[in-house]
Amino acid sequence: MATLTEAPPPLTPTAAETKPPRRRGRLTPYLLLLPGLLWLFVFFALPMIYQASTSVQTGSLEEGYKVTWHFATYWNALSEYWPQFLRSLAYAASATVLCLLLGYPLAYLIAFRAGRWKNLVMILVIAPFFTSFLIRTLAWKTILADGGPVVGALNSLHVLDVTSWLGWTSGDRVLATPLAVVCGLTYNFLPFMILPLYTSLERIDGRLHEAAGDLYAKPWTTFRKVTFPLSMPGVVSGTLLTFIPASGDYVNAELLGSTDTRMIGNVIQTQFLRILDYPTAAALSFILMAGILIMVTVYIRRSGTEDLV
Amino acid sequence: MPVVNWLKKNLVVIAGLVTLAFLLLPNVVVTVFSFNKPKGRFNYEWQEFSTDAWKDPCGVADMCGSLSLSLQIALWATVGATVLGTMIAFALVRYRFRARGVVNSLIFLPMAMPEVVMAASLLTLFLNLGAQLGFWTILIAHIMFCLSFVVVAVKARVMSMDPRLEEAARDLYAGPVQTFVRVTLPIAAPGIAAGALLAFALSFDDFIITNFNAGSTVTFPMFVWGSAQRGTPVQINVVGTAMFLIAVVLVLASMAIGNRRGKRKA
Repeated sequence: MATLTEAPPPLTPTAAETKPPRRRGRLTPYLLLLPGLLWLFVFFALPMIYQASTSVQTGSLEEGYKVTWHFATYWNALSEYWPQFLRSLAYAASATVLCLLLGYPLAYLIAFRAGRWKNLVMILVIAPFFTSFLIRTLAWKTILADGGPVVGALNSLHVLDVTSWLGWTSGDRVLATPLAVVCGLTYNFLPFMILPLYTSLERIDGRLHEAAGDLYAKPWTTFRKVTFPLSMPGVVSGTLLTFIPASGDYVNAELLGSTDTRMIGNVIQTQFLRILDYPTAAALSFILMAGILIMVTVYIRRSGTEDLV
Repeated sequence: MPVVNWLKKNLVVIAGLVTLAFLLLPNVVVTVFSFNKPKGRFNYEWQEFSTDAWKDPCGVADMCGSLSLSLQIALWATVGATVLGTMIAFALVRYRFRARGVVNSLIFLPMAMPEVVMAASLLTLFLNLGAQLGFWTILIAHIMFCLSFVVVAVKARVMSMDPRLEEAARDLYAGPVQTFVRVTLPIAAPGIAAGALLAFALSFDDFIITNFNAGSTVTFPMFVWGSAQRGTPVQINVVGTAMFLIAVVLVLASMAIGNRRGKRKA
């Protein structure tokens, strides 16, 4: 947390950012890396291989599973669960766009307009993290409750008529509809959008705004031509940090949605933990992983910011 | 039209405050409903004011046990991830070594993977090895996904360190161990602390990975998840409110201390 409020790094690279110096003790880096990387290899990379192998096995719980290169599992899984895949992508994309629209003004406010309230606003953005997200997600059940003030207000403004027509809500209800799930996803991943946005806005040299103003740019033009392009690294990492976890989430769909809003995460969870159909579950999880990796790679290439770590 | 002009000027501030309200609304609801006295099993509708839950926070079966289990796991996961992550961060910034690309992607990928994928694949490993699911499998999983975040936090701090300070220490005849303990570690400490804090928060609040790899062990998030099906006791809100207050007080206190130190230096 301390690193978030620190001064931005200077624009010229310091000595430490250039190539690390060659030192005595050639084994030292390997000894430093070994325990952590071994941990990541055994408990992150190796499981991926086990999962890939499980996905092409056939058998049953009683008789045990054998690798039979049964790729039909993938075909069956996709043809049965493609609606959930599409739904996950649509919900995650909607939540990401909403996070960007909601998060940008707040990040801008903290970076440029908060003055002496800056630290307080920053704390208020981070503090909800310390209350379990499940408890906070359950609170949305109260906020969006049938006949509650929020639903009542939306109803009297005829917003629900429009959203029902679009298929986002049904009748007088918000709970157990796509809108509730997207709202929960947006709420849960919003801080992951705000923090990277803030970091990249904070780095912008204030003199650039002055220069734009001196050159007769209106505030909106300054934002469009100067501020927003310079905040692109934050936009890219913010959208990734929101989209990726949102696409695999099953908590919001389970707590705020209904059987019609099940996402792919819900399917993987039920297949793995309740139905115990391991090959199908592993295949679904593998497809999700491959899909995310491909999309992320293309997105990062296109936006031209490869240095994310 | 001065009102319109004022609105135009402060539009971004108003929009930002609306977002802030959206972020904080659930916390307000959690706090208010910790004083509720619900009629049924679920605490979603306001009935009447009561301090019963605050007087008896452990009055629900198994809740405080799950809370203490979560704290233990978070503590050990923080220790494990911070030690391993700090070592990697130092190696990445300070040394040259082979296969840097592979190392970087092994650290980056866990952060770029939907949690459910990591959770499911780790479960297939444990099932294949016939491991007993419980405390140890949860701890292993938590150290795994917290590690990368610690590396990023510590790396940022170590990268902005002035290497001349350590050269100066060596010029003044400090040995490598002395230089590390007296110069390097104190400068890197804020980064390490930030990484540790992040690891603690991530582990304590983790649900998806724990859900897959816990077996029948119940952590606090698992307890809340279960109660969403069986009935939500008011005590859950008490815990949520208390955690929020403790965190805000701790942050404000650390900022006050930091301010005083800053003033003394100036």
